[in-house]
Amino acid sequence: MARGMLDTAERMALLPGDVPRDAVIVTRNLHREYVMGTEVVRALNGVDITIRRNEFVAIMGPSGSGKSTLMNMIGCLDTPSEGEYWLNGHRVSELDDDDLARIRNKEIGFVFQTFNLLPRASALANVELPLVYAGVGGRERRERAETVLKQVGLGERMHHRPNELSGGQRQRVAVARALVNKPSILLADEPTGNLDSATSVEIMDLFETLHREGQTIILVTHEPDIAEHAKRQIILRDGKVASDGLTAEIHA
Amino acid sequence: MLIGETFNVAFRSIRANKLRALLTMLGVIIGVGAVITVVAMGTGAQRNVENQINALGANLITIEPSRSRFGGVESSSTVPMTIDDAVALRRDAAEYIDAMAPEMERRQQVEYGNQNINANVKGTTPEYPEARNTRVEYGRMFTTGDDDSRQRYAVLGANVPDNLGQNPAAMIGQTVTIRQIPFEVIGVMASRGSIGWSNPDDEIYIPLTTARFRVMGNDRLGQISLTLPEGVNRNTALIQFERIMRREHRIRPGEGNNFNLRSPTDYLATAEETSKTFSALLLSIAAVSLVVGGIGIMNIMLVSVTERTKEIGIRKALGATRIVIMSQFLIEALMLCLVGGVIGIGFGVVASNLVSKNLGWSTEISPTAVAVAFGFSALVGLFFGLWPARRAASLDPIQSLRYE
Ligand SMILES: Nc1ncnc2c1ncn2[C@@H]1O[C@H](COP(=O)(O)OP(=O)(O)OP(=O)(O)O)[C@@H](O)[C@H]1O
Ligand SMILES: [Mg+2]
Repeated sequence: MARGMLDTAERMALLPGDVPRDAVIVTRNLHREYVMGTEVVRALNGVDITIRRNEFVAIMGPSGSGKSTLMNMIGCLDTPSEGEYWLNGHRVSELDDDDLARIRNKEIGFVFQTFNLLPRASALANVELPLVYAGVGGRERRERAETVLKQVGLGERMHHRPNELSGGQRQRVAVARALVNKPSILLADEPTGNLDSATSVEIMDLFETLHREGQTIILVTHEPDIAEHAKRQIILRDGKVASDGLTAEIHA
Repeated sequence: MLIGETFNVAFRSIRANKLRALLTMLGVIIGVGAVITVVAMGTGAQRNVENQINALGANLITIEPSRSRFGGVESSSTVPMTIDDAVALRRDAAEYIDAMAPEMERRQQVEYGNQNINANVKGTTPEYPEARNTRVEYGRMFTTGDDDSRQRYAVLGANVPDNLGQNPAAMIGQTVTIRQIPFEVIGVMASRGSIGWSNPDDEIYIPLTTARFRVMGNDRLGQISLTLPEGVNRNTALIQFERIMRREHRIRPGEGNNFNLRSPTDYLATAEETSKTFSALLLSIAAVSLVVGGIGIMNIMLVSVTERTKEIGIRKALGATRIVIMSQFLIEALMLCLVGGVIGIGFGVVASNLVSKNLGWSTEISPTAVAVAFGFSALVGLFFGLWPARRAASLDPIQSLRYE
């Protein structure tokens, strides 16, 4: 991980010349293929996107268009079959499994459609988990987890287990867990997919607040009114970017 | 601190499945318990043999009558061994003999007051305590003079006073009757403990000549015990004794002996070897059960990895590296084995005590065995936990997150 020795500014200087200096995510000609027996599924088929600090982006598109695949790629859970991806100047395709794990821990906060909380652990313990892997000590860990839980409005429910919480509350725990290690980006794959519309609005309001406070957010959704909360909308079709524009301009 | 957290996770996961953990540990518990018990039994048996060798004295040699063999055919009657044989040995092999005790023995009715017991009465010489590595505890042994003058003196084995309902010191000077003949008790032997099948503490000793003329009415010996002086070559001595005995019994060359010359400590040493081999065999069976227990742990760990695929995916997504996931499962396997090992040690200690109480088999818990069994169960945990742990660590995060 030779490039890890450089600081962010130095790493950014190594990127293609047309990339803005505050880009968090840069993909070039990103491909991801799945081989199913004799058939090859091209989940991503040349994706070029650039996302800058403090953007709030919604990724839309029909089912099977490659939204989740792209999110996994951006979240360093997966690596491209072809093309380049820089996260904060780190060239992700060069990293091994453990480097990817450390990047996920430090740079990325995930929110999933199915919450993905540990069922036997309390809300607090769930939120502490990324800090455990970051090597943060017990007391500081607890304090930081409590702070973030209060921030998402769950100060009263910290010691409950996931099955004692409503869907909306669970998703708030998940958001708190995603935020606790101060990631450079918050990734959410259909975070409101399992919630009713009122709860969905609450979660989206939370996202808007986080965005106003400076958080970079990328969100996958099916629903246009959820996407309305984002400032920029990227539409995928057949593993390619079909359109990419500001929400304000789409309405104009 | 990551290690502490990893321990916690492993501990909680075991606690969440108590019954399953217990059943899984059962293999290790039984394995470790069996190892401890078997080693305790083996050690006890060896200690027993050592004690017997010490009790007999390392220099003891015994001669007993036996059936002779002639060309592989066993003759039907035993040729008696007599006091003349003992006299000849004393005369012709004096330099090979330190102490010698010819013994003539028979079970007799012994009475004291209104007590009546059946005891093994032995006629022997004053050298008996020396020859058999024992001593008189109360009173005295009869002397050569007592023997020559056919005194009706008796020295009791350590248990006999108790068998007659009297304490040892008070028996000195009392009269007991053997076959209706009154004998004065002049001594009580120190306790020797049972040797093989017989218990010398239950015997009664009277002078050889008294026995010959007043009680038994013949000169036939059941056994001659003798000890070698320091520095005498055992084999040379045995050859001398055999030569004299064959001459006395007029055995022609080529004919088999009608007596047995034995060195009981050699025999016991063989017994010790046998018991060692036997323990090693049992130990290897016990070790196999420990390995089987380890396979049980591996099986459950594989199940656990599959069950917790989703959890592994979540942990990986949040930044757990391979080594973290691996140590989580390895520690879990290790904990199962070590807890099983500790329970197994307790189990083994209890089983050893039960064996020695109920079967009268002396056992001795060896700290080495405990340490080795414990270390071995840790090793089993590491070895059989490694593969499931590696499997968990190499799971693909996306696939694991999708797993339901
Ligand atoms: N692990 C996999 N193995 C094989 N094919 C896969 C795998 N993951 C995704 N695909 C395929 O890749 C394509 C894109 O899938 P992806 O999950 O990214 O779609 P999506 O846009 O998220 O759809 P949805 O809106 O239904 O969630 C699909 O055709 C899918 O079948
Ligand atoms: Mg999807």
